Amino acid sequence: MFDKFKEWYENRHDYAQAWKKQTGGKVLGYFCTYVPEELLIAADILPLRILGSHEAQDVTEPHIFGMFCPFCRDCLAQGLKGRFDYLNGIMISQSCLHIRQTYNSWVKHIPQEFSYYMYMPHGVQTPHAYPYLRGELEVFKKALEKWIGRSISDKDIDRGIEVMNKNRQLMKQVYEFRKQDNPPLTGLEAMYMVVSSQMVEKEEHNQALEAVLKELPNRKLDRNTGTRLMIIGSEDDDTEFVEMVESLDSTLVVDEHCTGTRYFWNEVEPQKDRLAAIAARYIDRPPCPSKDWPERKRFPHILQLAKDYNVEGALVIQQKFCDPHELDMPALRQMLEENGIPTYFLEFDVTVPIGQFKTRVEAFLETFALPDLF
Amino acid sequence: MTEMKYQTKPLDIWNEGKALRQQYYENYAKAHEKGGIRWAGGAWAYSAVPAGLGDDVWSLTGEPYGASVAFNKEFAARCQEAIEAKGFARDLCAYLRNYLGSVVLDEYVFGGKFPKPDFMWTTHICCSHAKWYQIASDLEGGVPYFCIDVSTGLIEDFNERRREYVVNQLLDGIDWLEQTTGRDYDDQKLIQAVYNECEATSLWAEICALNRTIPAPLDEKTMYSLYVFGTIIKHRPEIVDFYRKLRDEVQERVDNKIAAVGNEQRRVITDTQPPWGFLEIFRYLETFGVVSVGSLYTFSLIGAWEVKDDGTWGPRTTPQEQGIDITTRKQALEVLADWTHARPEWQHFYSAQKKSDMMLRIVREWKVDGVMLHYNRGCEGLSLNIAENRLAFKDAGIPVLPFEGNMGDEREFDLERTKKAVDSFLELLGVK
Ligand code: SF4
Ligand code: SF4
Repeated sequence: MFDKFKEWYENRHDYAQAWKKQTGGKVLGYFCTYVPEELLIAADILPLRILGSHEAQDVTEPHIFGMFCPFCRDCLAQGLKGRFDYLNGIMISQSCLHIRQTYNSWVKHIPQEFSYYMYMPHGVQTPHAYPYLRGELEVFKKALEKWIGRSISDKDIDRGIEVMNKNRQLMKQVYEFRKQDNPPLTGLEAMYMVVSSQMVEKEEHNQALEAVLKELPNRKLDRNTGTRLMIIGSEDDDTEFVEMVESLDSTLVVDEHCTGTRYFWNEVEPQKDRLAAIAARYIDRPPCPSKDWPERKRFPHILQLAKDYNVEGALVIQQKFCDPHELDMPALRQMLEENGIPTYFLEFDVTVPIGQFKTRVEAFLETFALPDLF
Repeated sequence: MTEMKYQTKPLDIWNEGKALRQQYYENYAKAHEKGGIRWAGGAWAYSAVPAGLGDDVWSLTGEPYGASVAFNKEFAARCQEAIEAKGFARDLCAYLRNYLGSVVLDEYVFGGKFPKPDFMWTTHICCSHAKWYQIASDLEGGVPYFCIDVSTGLIEDFNERRREYVVNQLLDGIDWLEQTTGRDYDDQKLIQAVYNECEATSLWAEICALNRTIPAPLDEKTMYSLYVFGTIIKHRPEIVDFYRKLRDEVQERVDNKIAAVGNEQRRVITDTQPPWGFLEIFRYLETFGVVSVGSLYTFSLIGAWEVKDDGTWGPRTTPQEQGIDITTRKQALEVLADWTHARPEWQHFYSAQKKSDMMLRIVREWKVDGVMLHYNRGCEGLSLNIAENRLAFKDAGIPVLPFEGNMGDEREFDLERTKKAVDSFLELLGVK
């Protein structure tokens, strides 16, 4: 029932190329989930998130210094290897320093019809960010209009908002099932669901979600739920790792990733000024740590998720050299542990040593079994 | 040592500079004894703004402090261990680790306990900026903290709307400063600080521009000790005064052909902060007559530049030179924002190409023979796009030496390996 999502994820390039052929539309690759997909959908563009392939590579060394995160290098490798040659354009919405290098090198070395760097603010806690981002969206909208050769109407934007909101609502409904004592879906399945939504046409994804939601109430998995874990941290679409963890008598019941809840958790609340409504959604969304200051607003949100999903322990992961997450890590672990949620830290690279990680995760999971012994 | 071609002598103003720097760190440490205020924040903080609280407001800026720690290798190692023990990753900004480690140890690198600030005031453009003081505030038991988002993009895109975003945050910041300190804010002091800052940063650019001369009147190693004032108290009158005197002395050296390095035969530039504990690399280069005449980093971390009528870079015309009469708080902040956001070292945060273009300009205008790129593991902010910059130099046919290191963590610098790489570079430059 989740196979469709897996298939989309694994065959993202085939999907996008077929979509292009079928619709004659444009595909735009993007680097960060702060990109306002609502406007892209309004412009009949397919937004496709550029992710890595988790294969060792040697093509980015001349372009990105090795002290930057493996994720940003893996993404660039995809471009340099020609895997996204069918894209019509690329864009970034300002996030961390690492990934903007991928954008910069991509623009320079891989010719595009359209490229756009959106000045998404970092100061999402100041009230001035709302009008500021609204203005940025307006500039972006104009650039899109110029590119596609037509204006984007309020009706178009309403459609963009509606389809994005529906996608968010439906994924949240699926996540509700993960609260059950024995969730009818695994963390791996949930991951395929969310990342694939960053790759395919949202209407189609929504249809698949609706079908899943019909069947989920009667679904029973032939496996033990085991220890209920949460996974938190940097970009993560390491399906092999998730599969390994869930083979160890545990289930990932919720996450705090930009390939998970951070992507879809809040909706656009409609208001007459559509761009203001979209701006508010991106300002108020669960933040990336690089935007989470002066207060750490992410932390109460994480804690709430942990409570709602009855989490027993948390895997806190980060891409190697990922400064935004590294800077939050000590305080995050402390906060979780003070709230009775043990944590285990792992650092990810382009490829992860599954065998070694397995031993370490096993050791962590064993600690949950201890109290029962006495 | 190659043959001496030019007369050389130390800077007359050197000791004055040394005393000024010492005074700065002391003023900060002893501010409370005289009823003054102290704040901590980044070198790129809008430091002219807290100046409106009074003349007895002193700051400690984190990056130069982190560099001072790096000079003391034993202390730096202890700082790094202390912060790593708190769970912070070893690959984070080395200045941040040196600074926070010093807080954890409660030791000031200049002696005594770490002087706790009354508030934190900073800007955010690098991923580490806002988080640095968020963590520092936590470690110091919740010191009040205000940070301004300045990530508004390239200067050519800095229109009224984007400026308003920054200025509105600054206006909120002033209200916050009043509430936090209980002091009344004096707009006249702000206005004066804005004039000072514009003049000081323009003067620094003027000094750097004089280094186009052959022989170079200054070498980069010396410039490191001089630009630092722009990173610690760029808005204060004593810095304006110091830079005026320095400008005059450097002009005199130009007029009299007094060289920084008497055997100058080749001119290079570098990039990013140097490995502070290993400035001997520069002395090694000098023995072959190779002088580093600066870098985008030393010129423009604080220097204010503009393109002059002849198309070359020169010191930016200050508001006072333009006859701009600042009369209100809002106007002062607007002038300051326009000034600050044009900083060349902020442009590379958005575009690799812009940085390559600026560096290529320096190569042309400062008559540079080769470029040394410090792939600096200690600073993600300034190492950003450095590999693309290397490609740009390669394409332009300019000899380039990339070398890896860390500005503040000696564990990541291999002196012998670097010297070997430098030797090949010297061969490329035809001096070895
Ligand atoms: S947030 Fe972290 S993982 Fe994501 S691109 Fe930035 S450094 Fe890499
Ligand atoms: S990484 Fe570099 S730019 Fe960023 S805070 Fe540290 S010294 Fe500054």
